[in-house]
Amino acid sequence: MSWNRKILRVNLTAGTCTPEPLNMEWANDYLGSRGLGTKYLTEEIDPKVDPLSPENKMIMATGPLTGTMASTGGRYTVITKGPLTGAIACSNSGGFFGAELKFAGWDMIIFEGKSPKPVYLYVENDKAELRDASHLWGTTCWHTEETIKSELQDPLVRVSSIGRSGENQVLFSCIVNDLHRAAGRSGVGAVMGSKNLKAVALRGTKGVSGVKDFPAFLAAANAAKQVLKDNAVTGQGLPKYGTQVLMNVINEVGALPTRNHRDVQFEEAGKISAEAMHEKRPTDGKAHLITNAACFGCTIACGRISQLDKGHFTVQNKPEYWGASGGLEYESAWSLGASNGVGDLEALQYANMLCNEDGFDPITFGATVSAVMELYELGILTKEQIGIEAPFGSAKALAYLAEITAQGIGFGKEVGLGSKRLTAKYGRPDLSMSVKGLEFPAYDGRGIQGIGLNYATSNRGACHVRGYTVASEVLGIPVKTDPLATEGKPGLVKAFQDATTIFDSAGVCLFTSFAWSVADVQPQVQAACEGDWSMEKMAVVGERIWNMERQFNLAAGFTAKDDNLPPRLTTEPAKTGPAKGRVNELAKMLPEYYEVRGWTAEGVPTAETLARLGL
Amino acid sequence: MQKSLHIDPGKCTGCLQCEMACSYEHTGVINPSKSRIKVFDFEHEGRKVPYTCTQCSEAWCMQSCPVDAIVLDPATGAKVVKEATCVGCKVCTISCPFGTINYMADVGKVQKCDLCGGDPECAKACPTGAITYIDADWTGLDRMRAWAAKANTAAAA
Repeated sequence: MSWNRKILRVNLTAGTCTPEPLNMEWANDYLGSRGLGTKYLTEEIDPKVDPLSPENKMIMATGPLTGTMASTGGRYTVITKGPLTGAIACSNSGGFFGAELKFAGWDMIIFEGKSPKPVYLYVENDKAELRDASHLWGTTCWHTEETIKSELQDPLVRVSSIGRSGENQVLFSCIVNDLHRAAGRSGVGAVMGSKNLKAVALRGTKGVSGVKDFPAFLAAANAAKQVLKDNAVTGQGLPKYGTQVLMNVINEVGALPTRNHRDVQFEEAGKISAEAMHEKRPTDGKAHLITNAACFGCTIACGRISQLDKGHFTVQNKPEYWGASGGLEYESAWSLGASNGVGDLEALQYANMLCNEDGFDPITFGATVSAVMELYELGILTKEQIGIEAPFGSAKALAYLAEITAQGIGFGKEVGLGSKRLTAKYGRPDLSMSVKGLEFPAYDGRGIQGIGLNYATSNRGACHVRGYTVASEVLGIPVKTDPLATEGKPGLVKAFQDATTIFDSAGVCLFTSFAWSVADVQPQVQAACEGDWSMEKMAVVGERIWNMERQFNLAAGFTAKDDNLPPRLTTEPAKTGPAKGRVNELAKMLPEYYEVRGWTAEGVPTAETLARLGL
Repeated sequence: MQKSLHIDPGKCTGCLQCEMACSYEHTGVINPSKSRIKVFDFEHEGRKVPYTCTQCSEAWCMQSCPVDAIVLDPATGAKVVKEATCVGCKVCTISCPFGTINYMADVGKVQKCDLCGGDPECAKACPTGAITYIDADWTGLDRMRAWAAKANTAAAA
């Protein structure tokens, strides 16, 4: 099996690092990464635990395909109870860190307790130790990564760290690896900060040796790579335009949330699109986009590497931001841009760089700024309170708020709470565009009905990468469905949600699913792992993982009432575009969703369902 | 026809499939730390550059080896380390101007690119054509063609 069969338990309170055998029975039932890590978490913590207390645990988990030659096989997942939501938090990241964990001989790291002082974990193959990080505390992710490599005199070390955002427990902090890849959502970085854990530095030279049947695995991996190459989205669209290829598409569909979801189309979408990133700037004659880039093992290479205009107001006299750096993806371009009515591409990239540098989620940050801008326009927040005039469309306000959030300077402390807590504080909780406390990503549930149902029911709150029905409703993958129809959407949402758990748990990137179905992942897993990994078993495992997460959330105190959307989505019709006049018809879809899931009318899995799934 | 590895860094995305393929071919384990080709990421410039042995004709490593453990494979032109002969003295690692021959502490020998006996795995694994295996006498052909295309002459009648 492509497992090392070994996990590392790090007790931060006691300062100990202890190897343990991987529970192979669980690996056989929950596949890996998201599924397996969640199984460990649910077995080890009380679902009612305070997410930022030492009693919460944080798990970094790889999948069976992580560190193999499977395309995109470099992902790892951070699993914990999330501070932004109180729900299961499960954020996965690309880059090179996940594969390095495998190469060092480990499948997973479990962090528990809280260190009395700032530390970082250093792992060199079998050797694992906690080291003093007091000199790194108070610094950014970029500084931390550079310092650790320099101190160890080892440029080949891979680092995941938190910036000042995570230290200050900004509730939407990320864990950033390889400079600009992140376990981005749900505030996993705040949990790491609450444990006084600054970073994890890995160096692995053992490699992955345990693939069950190497020739069969390589044949399956090569066949699957060919599928990616031959597909228009993964073979051409994503490498050239990145996920930003969607900006103009979703705007035309009338599902591009604009100005805190007041509108569903953004008049300046073209200025912040993928196409705009390719255009030469009139100011310096250079294109915003320098090149694309791949994560470990990825044959798609959707990553963006961009360079700011040195003369732009955000970076004048700040040469530290003049170099090439991780660029805007669709989500960040939307959340920082359309969601705030800001059409200044350079300002969006500047804010995006600060998110990467100090480790905070651009989606929740951008959406929180959107709520702040609406509160400002309504006269509920003033220039004096915020520190700057903050109407929709203000690039200056966006840049200013990005500068003060991680460190909690002034009003930045309130932005760091996320939109749910911030809007509640000012008496307008209806203006938080979130579900279970997690802000919406870049698709409006009025123009794309199924994605609205997915947001309402997603186990980590409003999230597109838990059940990306946009693939079907807009792009026609694997089959085209009408985005404005509600019929059939409950079944579609369930199918996407269950399949997604397989991609996440195997250790590959969800973006492969523009071209791959579970049937393309399955032969790779079957060749890599012992035991039965038939399509039938995959289907059960996928559904099992979803229901396990649901059970955790129910035990944490969530109910069917939380499977909801903000009133704006269900009562304020879309003003323009193909969805004009439409709201999201959640009430129509939700009961049927519970039914197809085998849950009661209260959204609780029935005894039969649990028995069928072996839960 | 003798062939050469040809690297076009402009096409490299940094996915490391080449490093995985190289290590698997030579060790049976997917292990980039044992790869004989390395991809360098100049992250602040947005450049990624795969780098490996150029198989010099008058190879410094081969010339400097005191026990003649590095030999020419006449079929491929590769300079190949005979592991059984190598004593791990590391003189070749000092001689090579490019750093492409390295000592492996766990086996006590040096390793370098051997062109996989004439069918290099790195080139086969590269998804973007950044690494190719082409006619050794015509490694400049693509660049010549690109310049020729710029000549901008009219098509013949």
